[in-house]
Amino acid sequence: MPPPFAFLRIRSRVLASTMITTLDRSSRAAARGLSDISIRNLFIIPTILFLIVFNIFPLIYSLGYSFTDFRASTNAPANFVGLQNYRDLLNDPYVWSNFAITAKYVIVSVVGQLLVGFGVAMLLNRDIPLKGLITTLLLLPMMLSMAVVGLFWKLLYDPSWGVINYALGLGNFEWLADPKMALYAVALTDIWMWSPFVMLLSLAGLSAVPKHLYEAAAIDRAGPFYTFFRITLPLVAPILMIAVIFRTMEAFKTFDLAYILTSQPTAELISIRLYKMAFQEWQTGRSCAMAYIVLIMVLAITNIYVKYLNKVKER
Amino acid sequence: MAAVRTSSEITFNRIAIVIVLLVTIIFLAPIYWIASTAFKPRALATTIPPTVIFQPEISPFVKLFTKRSQMRNPPTPEEYAAAPWWERVVFDGGEKIVRDGKGEVQWSGYPSRFLNSLIVAITSTVLAVGMGTFTAYGFSRFKVKGEADLLFFILSTRMLPPVVVAIPMFLMYRAVGLNDSHLGLIILYTAFNLSFSVWLMKGFIDEIPKEYEEAALVDGYTRMDAFFKIVLPEAATGIAATAVFCFITAWNEYAFALIMTNRRAQTAPPFIPSQVGSGLPDWTVIAAGTFLFLLPVAIFTFLLRNHLLRGMSFGAIRK
Repeated sequence: MPPPFAFLRIRSRVLASTMITTLDRSSRAAARGLSDISIRNLFIIPTILFLIVFNIFPLIYSLGYSFTDFRASTNAPANFVGLQNYRDLLNDPYVWSNFAITAKYVIVSVVGQLLVGFGVAMLLNRDIPLKGLITTLLLLPMMLSMAVVGLFWKLLYDPSWGVINYALGLGNFEWLADPKMALYAVALTDIWMWSPFVMLLSLAGLSAVPKHLYEAAAIDRAGPFYTFFRITLPLVAPILMIAVIFRTMEAFKTFDLAYILTSQPTAELISIRLYKMAFQEWQTGRSCAMAYIVLIMVLAITNIYVKYLNKVKER
Repeated sequence: MAAVRTSSEITFNRIAIVIVLLVTIIFLAPIYWIASTAFKPRALATTIPPTVIFQPEISPFVKLFTKRSQMRNPPTPEEYAAAPWWERVVFDGGEKIVRDGKGEVQWSGYPSRFLNSLIVAITSTVLAVGMGTFTAYGFSRFKVKGEADLLFFILSTRMLPPVVVAIPMFLMYRAVGLNDSHLGLIILYTAFNLSFSVWLMKGFIDEIPKEYEEAALVDGYTRMDAFFKIVLPEAATGIAATAVFCFITAWNEYAFALIMTNRRAQTAPPFIPSQVGSGLPDWTVIAAGTFLFLLPVAIFTFLLRNHLLRGMSFGAIRK
């Protein structure tokens, strides 16, 4: 870390040099202030340092703990146990079932968002009165707090006075209390929240498809299916890919929504398992190992995501 | 589209519009339900069939801000007549407002949580956007060794699952006494938003022609002058959009707040669900709290509507 006030000192030097420039125009070449290289470093290094101190250092810290049997709830010193935590976790059927639940959740919610989001985008991609307003209104759910809005879905899902059962005529259907249904109920709320995101990206992709391609297809008497699969889909695919990877990553990390909506073991996503292990059972060492397993998976998805982001950017 | 439209195309267009309207109504229904529950009398919040038409009341908001207790005996007519309107509203619901020894009305936990949310979200936004703008300029205008790797590193910090980061941060904060403090949350949210702000601001600054600064440099401006007097004003829209995004993210954040705070620095997202607890919750009060909490974000979403795509794709897609 640089001394805390280095930045201020440099700033004042810059101010001084600015004053010299204005006072004495002839000597301005000598008083150009900081060189480009020092400005670059001054602008970039604090951010990198900040992220290292508050994101990377904690991870190194927890890597150390992942090889111990440390419990943050006691004062007992941590004992080095080697790879024991990792071995236990990977042999724990409970943890594997958490991963399986998470995979199921990711697939259901991302596929649902893709179908709803892309479908609505296809419908919206025409001249519609108040199109701008409708689009903005549709985007509202994804901007809201997952935890707080998720809480309200509890009221909507309520078996006896919930609006959903009433509107669909489902009687006393259990959404969140039924072990088989809970995960799908959480996914449904997630689909409600994040379909607009897929829609937003799809709309951008659809509006970028050159109109003359459709005109040419119409002249060639191409049918709607041919036009969709040979023109629309291939051209929208890269942007759609971004939406899918981003949502996959977010769904994989889901914590708020599932934690608020249900405590069913059948809906225990990997983040919730991790939270319970760390902050309810206080198995700190083991939870650090688990966090690392999750971390590696997330970084792998992030890598793919950034590749696609850069791909779209270059166009 | 072809200039001549067949009648089947027109019919399909109409059907599409009807479906879009239906979808819009379905998507907005949960939000409408929150807003309407916030103005309902308690008895109408959980009725079968659900109450759609009702006389709106302000009582949930009065209850939201005050500490109340159940009344054993109804108030005497004199008591009722002497009470201000907001206290009568609570009397009507069969409760009374808790007062301390001096007769001062006791606040509920909500206002302080709301204030905490404001403090933490605003401070972390200012820090993240400030630092992010400088860094984005650095990446945008100068050659940086391993730029792609550094930018990937910056973005990857944003992608970390909150619980993964929270475990070591909790231990470190406990060691230095930052648990349940505003500063602790501000640091976490700044770190979380910083990467986002760098990526988004880089896109905005990339769009400002370099020639502007070069002309200024020829005129005798220093690099710093050029940055503050030319680049920053040009980037103002981008800075505003980035700030709104960062604010919304910090405002909505739940997992860190749940783990790192419990009372003094607790923000609204973990507080609002904690009210449900056991027994029969008063959904009108929770709806009122939720309504006030969601309102700023709803307003910001409208202000931000033209930049949503860009922000959501980390600046990759521009429109």
